[in-house]
Amino acid sequence: MDSSEPLPSGEPDDRPAVPAQRSDQDAYLRVRDLRVRFDTEDGVVRAVDGVSFAVERGRTLGIVGESGSGKSVTSLAILGLHDPKRTTITGEISVGGRQVVGLPDEEVRRLRGRDMAMIFQDPLSALHPYYTVGRQIAEAYRVHHPKANRREARQRAVDMLDRVGIPQPARRFDQYPHEFSGGMRQRAMIAMSLVNDPALLIADEPTTALDVTVQAQILDLLADLQAEFHSAIILITHDLGVVGQVADDVLVMYGGRAVERGSVEQVLRAPQHPYTWGLLSSVPSLHGDADADLVPIPGNPPSLINLPSGCAFHPRCRYADRAGSRSRTEVPELRPAGADGHLVACHLRAEERATFYAEDIASVGVAR
Amino acid sequence: MTDKPLLRVRGLTKHFPVRQGLRATGLVRAVDGLDFDVRPGETLGLVGESGCGKTTTGRMLVRLLEPTSGSIEFDGRDITHAGRRELRPLRQELQIIFQDPYASLNPRHTVGRIVAMPLQVNGIKPPGGIKARVQELLELVGLNPEHYNRYPHEFSGGQRQRIGIARALALRPKLIVADEPVSALDVSIQAQVVNLLRDLQRELGLAFVFIAHDLAVVRHFCQRVAVMYLGRIVEIGDRADIYERPQHPYTRALLSAIPDVTQLGPAGRIRLTGDVPTPLDPPSGCRFRTRCWKAQDICATEEPALIPRDGGRQATACHFPEGEGAGTSPEGEAAGTSPEPVAAGSVAEATVSGVEPAGRGAEANVEEVSS
Repeated sequence: MDSSEPLPSGEPDDRPAVPAQRSDQDAYLRVRDLRVRFDTEDGVVRAVDGVSFAVERGRTLGIVGESGSGKSVTSLAILGLHDPKRTTITGEISVGGRQVVGLPDEEVRRLRGRDMAMIFQDPLSALHPYYTVGRQIAEAYRVHHPKANRREARQRAVDMLDRVGIPQPARRFDQYPHEFSGGMRQRAMIAMSLVNDPALLIADEPTTALDVTVQAQILDLLADLQAEFHSAIILITHDLGVVGQVADDVLVMYGGRAVERGSVEQVLRAPQHPYTWGLLSSVPSLHGDADADLVPIPGNPPSLINLPSGCAFHPRCRYADRAGSRSRTEVPELRPAGADGHLVACHLRAEERATFYAEDIASVGVAR
Repeated sequence: MTDKPLLRVRGLTKHFPVRQGLRATGLVRAVDGLDFDVRPGETLGLVGESGCGKTTTGRMLVRLLEPTSGSIEFDGRDITHAGRRELRPLRQELQIIFQDPYASLNPRHTVGRIVAMPLQVNGIKPPGGIKARVQELLELVGLNPEHYNRYPHEFSGGQRQRIGIARALALRPKLIVADEPVSALDVSIQAQVVNLLRDLQRELGLAFVFIAHDLAVVRHFCQRVAVMYLGRIVEIGDRADIYERPQHPYTRALLSAIPDVTQLGPAGRIRLTGDVPTPLDPPSGCRFRTRCWKAQDICATEEPALIPRDGGRQATACHFPEGEGAGTSPEGEAAGTSPEPVAAGSVAEATVSGVEPAGRGAEANVEEVSS
């Protein structure tokens, strides 16, 4: 891969308030102050509003949020898949040292598939029903290897099908997507996205459409392939259980902003943001008291056209009053909280959060 | 709670013919001989992976589908093949909540009209008038009664599901079949709806058949649980039995596959290879044998019966059930025995290259049909 291009700007001194992550400098993917806006008839949708993170090779970042939190929009921006006519993207996205924002379509296309690839939630709609699975994988290979002939591409595709655990790969090569089961289709999608050895893999709810026993297989496969190819992975999901199982770092998004960021131990074991607390205590668990009520987050996820002022979570936060009027007037910045590298965007003071967490959450919620 | 069941299901079966042109070329055995009871006020969870027949079962219970064979008795009456007219009084007592809160409400009708519909269709005139009753119902499910005149699109997904629940409650049913009522909702909203259903169940003494793929949700809602696999019940029992002392290997594998927030990292899970075989041509004998690590010759030749154990509350259809009531947890037991608790590193080998004879069997099955 050609990364000899000069880095566009990026003086480390005039950065926004977001502190550097430990790995920020040498990370394969760096996103800084990303903003994505759509102009619609109903108004401007700020789908992503100032999000920063970084992913090193060999590590997995889990992005967690509910519908409309901006998690999928973020990943599409990284891949350069938004329609430039209707979308305004600002900020910095650097993939292997190349700035993606503002790059001509042609060059983004060259990066996409070769340096970064995506696994979608629904393999049936991501695979073309009219072509055989193998042909689609081989084509993905030839796009980035124009010198490869048909036989080489076929061999490469068969190898990949074999690698992702599809039995009789040579026979499966000539079958159509509808002849594959759901789990097999997701494996084929993974084979297709990995055919060019991308250094960055974005998986958007890759197991949501699958049954739990198949989900376990696919998560194992991803972890295994990551160990082999040393790729950086972004896993987008609403399932905190999945995050706990495969992620190294976690980014929690709400209303287009990052509300908490840290290692998986920090975010799931010592969560700092009331929204993260809410997510954790509303998820039913296989352990603890089955008769205890779940603790839901009141209200609904916000509309991105009409985001609540100040902290977007304040209308649903049971502690909003403790922070006074600031929660309604001031957007909280992502600031260091507790342990090294753990960041939270909340107006509450650290001691207050510790007290609330210990008294209200840890006793009934997460520790259930 | 009396011992007389409210719902009594015996040998319930649904086969769908597969046609190519005019010829019937096969049978999808979606549901193949189910036996279970639901007592008044009891909540039974039907769990399993896609294609196990849980939704088909739910639809037969409310008679949206005609059973191929077997019997359904509700409140002492045989309703298996009851006609339209016989069904009408029954529908008042037996209601269904659907999965998709977007598709199950008529977008042209106001919420008031949607919730009032069951009352009108059945010619019921509540004491204070229909409007008062509807508003009472809206309040009961946590909606603002003044939103009577709004349309479904003005509500969020969670609120729409509440409308569906209000509609199901309008006729004061005894039993509600809830088909994946929370799986289309965001996590923070799921908890709201699960809590609501629990409160209603307790307050109104409703019996539920709760169909879901999410075992953690079922654990928080159901007193009894039936685990289905390829159209059959493989294990049924009280909640504590199923979750703490699962006896069927499939139940154990299913439980251990669920990623749990309380466990970080790849825990020692049981790995099943392959996918669920097709119900067009289910494996002979025990249907789970193609993915089971315990399978022996007898499993291919003889179908295990659903046999009650431990005094009759927990029944398992397996030739080699797990630790006979010894109270072993999957985690604890996994350390020593057969399922080869795969450690973090070797996990992938087990799954990827681990297309063992068992896995291949399942795979071959799928291929045969598809080609």
